[in-house]
Amino acid sequence: MIKHTTYLSRTYKLPDGHKLAAYEGVGGYKQARRVLSTMKREEVVDELKKANIRGRGGAGFPCGVKWSFMRPHPTKPAYLVINADEGEPGTFKDRTIMELNPHSVVEGCIIGCLGIGAHAAYVYVRDELHLSKARLWEAIKEARAKGYLGKRPFGVDYEVEVYVQTGGGAYICGEETALLNSLEGRRGEPRFKPPFPAQVGAFGCPTTVNNLETIAAVPTAFELGCEEFSKLSELHDTKDGGTRLFGVSGHVKTPGVFECCVGLTLRELVYDLGGGILGDGKLLGVIPGGSSCPILRPDELVNAPDEKSPLHRWHGKSVLDVPMGVDTYRALGTMLGTCCAIVLSDKADPVLAFHNLMRFYRHESCGQCTPCREGTGWIERILDKIVAGEGSLEELNLLHDVASGIMGNTICAFGEGAAMPALGFVQKFRPELEAYVKSGGKSGTGRLAP
Amino acid sequence: MAFALTPERELELADILGRYPNKMAATIPVLHLCQDQNGWVSPEVVTFVAATCDVPVAHVQGVVTFYTLFNQKPVGKHQVWVCRTLSCALRGADDVLHHCEKRLGIHVGETTKDGQVTLRTAECLAACGQAPMMQVDKDYHENLTLEQVDAILDRLKRS
Repeated sequence: MIKHTTYLSRTYKLPDGHKLAAYEGVGGYKQARRVLSTMKREEVVDELKKANIRGRGGAGFPCGVKWSFMRPHPTKPAYLVINADEGEPGTFKDRTIMELNPHSVVEGCIIGCLGIGAHAAYVYVRDELHLSKARLWEAIKEARAKGYLGKRPFGVDYEVEVYVQTGGGAYICGEETALLNSLEGRRGEPRFKPPFPAQVGAFGCPTTVNNLETIAAVPTAFELGCEEFSKLSELHDTKDGGTRLFGVSGHVKTPGVFECCVGLTLRELVYDLGGGILGDGKLLGVIPGGSSCPILRPDELVNAPDEKSPLHRWHGKSVLDVPMGVDTYRALGTMLGTCCAIVLSDKADPVLAFHNLMRFYRHESCGQCTPCREGTGWIERILDKIVAGEGSLEELNLLHDVASGIMGNTICAFGEGAAMPALGFVQKFRPELEAYVKSGGKSGTGRLAP
Repeated sequence: MAFALTPERELELADILGRYPNKMAATIPVLHLCQDQNGWVSPEVVTFVAATCDVPVAHVQGVVTFYTLFNQKPVGKHQVWVCRTLSCALRGADDVLHHCEKRLGIHVGETTKDGQVTLRTAECLAACGQAPMMQVDKDYHENLTLEQVDAILDRLKRS
């Protein structure tokens, strides 16, 4: 059942909703004031753990647990870094928060800084989002002028500063260690882990990196009470709590970003929020949470006879009817990712969609690790030939080998992020790919747009 | 000739340098500041940024060549970026791109003869729900029709 909420999006429809007056009008900054004035650091972390906020950037790590990894260092300061390098194809949710509710980010940063023992937060925004950056800076200035940031926010002796940092147009900087390198003024190449950012992060200091939507949800969690916030979700029992932004784009009638409780199904996202398939098309496939998540076909059924499986409740049902959660989707063999789905109707040529995404990954591979640098290029070149009608069945089989050769052999998760959707297309659209090869590229619609 | 910032940008530079525990962290914001003024990152800009951020010239050059948004050669007065990634492609990005090429009389990556417009493709610009879209300088234009594209391009040719 769809449960619409307006917490993260509470100012979206207000006139000048991005300004301080509008945000305070709906209860803004009360939680930062309360938390900073009355709570200790450990209490903040223990409380937040109960909210079961799974990281909204794609990996789904519990936010409270991540904060608890931060240990006070005898000599070094700590930093909070917010990842707003939104660039995963299909994902356009963080931008709405920055443009329409930027004060929730600032308030989240104040609580976050106390929670992890930091006094400075950097919000790393991709450079192309000029309006987002401007709105965040404006929010920071307003909050500082009101005495909510600075040496003594709300009159409490706990300094908090928030800064906006800009990227340079590289998708890889959404990977947290690449982002840290970029923040430090370097090439955005991912680092080896360990050490993890909580030990050695920004400027060699303990650092927590949170997605922008994650930090924007923190004030709401404290407002409702973290356990109550978690209980909004259908999946509260499996520690996947709260409410989040769902996006849908591609071949649907009403694409957009919608705030709902966790537990929405893909069918509801596509047919109710998305208004159904564009024109007279039929659903061909859905990429559930940004392009790195393997595609799902509507005729796939859940196969979970084992009672211990997190999917057992939906055994035999369509994958479209499984609640969208971090663990449920992992069990389905795909990922929840950023919760922003790309919808393909049967008017779209799946081979061209595959080609489009693999071009993206070749373009965005940072080039540091050989399997990813060479593998993404190799996959694209094979698909170039298949699309041109010059591919062979041997080359089609090679796609699987090349993608498998990237998996697990790179410093960061970009390798898997490129290989997993490739393997998904190869497995689930094998008949279409074979027909393409055998017909010399004439079997598909030859178009992506209807 | 050595590169220098305008007085207003000098003030912004001081503000940027105050945000970080070291000067190197300012490399990317300072490169953007310089490119905003100069249009591209010339060798003189690289030297200036290296001195300002207290890093070797080779470090700055490494950063410039890593990030897509730094122009390594002069570009047109206006930059048109057409998003070509899947969500936009599903809503007609290819048609928008071909239309731009025809209307401007150039291919992707080229600049019009009058130096007004450089046409480029972009990978996902986080506007998937408003596809197809393009970025013109610092502004997003979303839910594009070909008529709207014409109007935008005509305006760019004149301004």
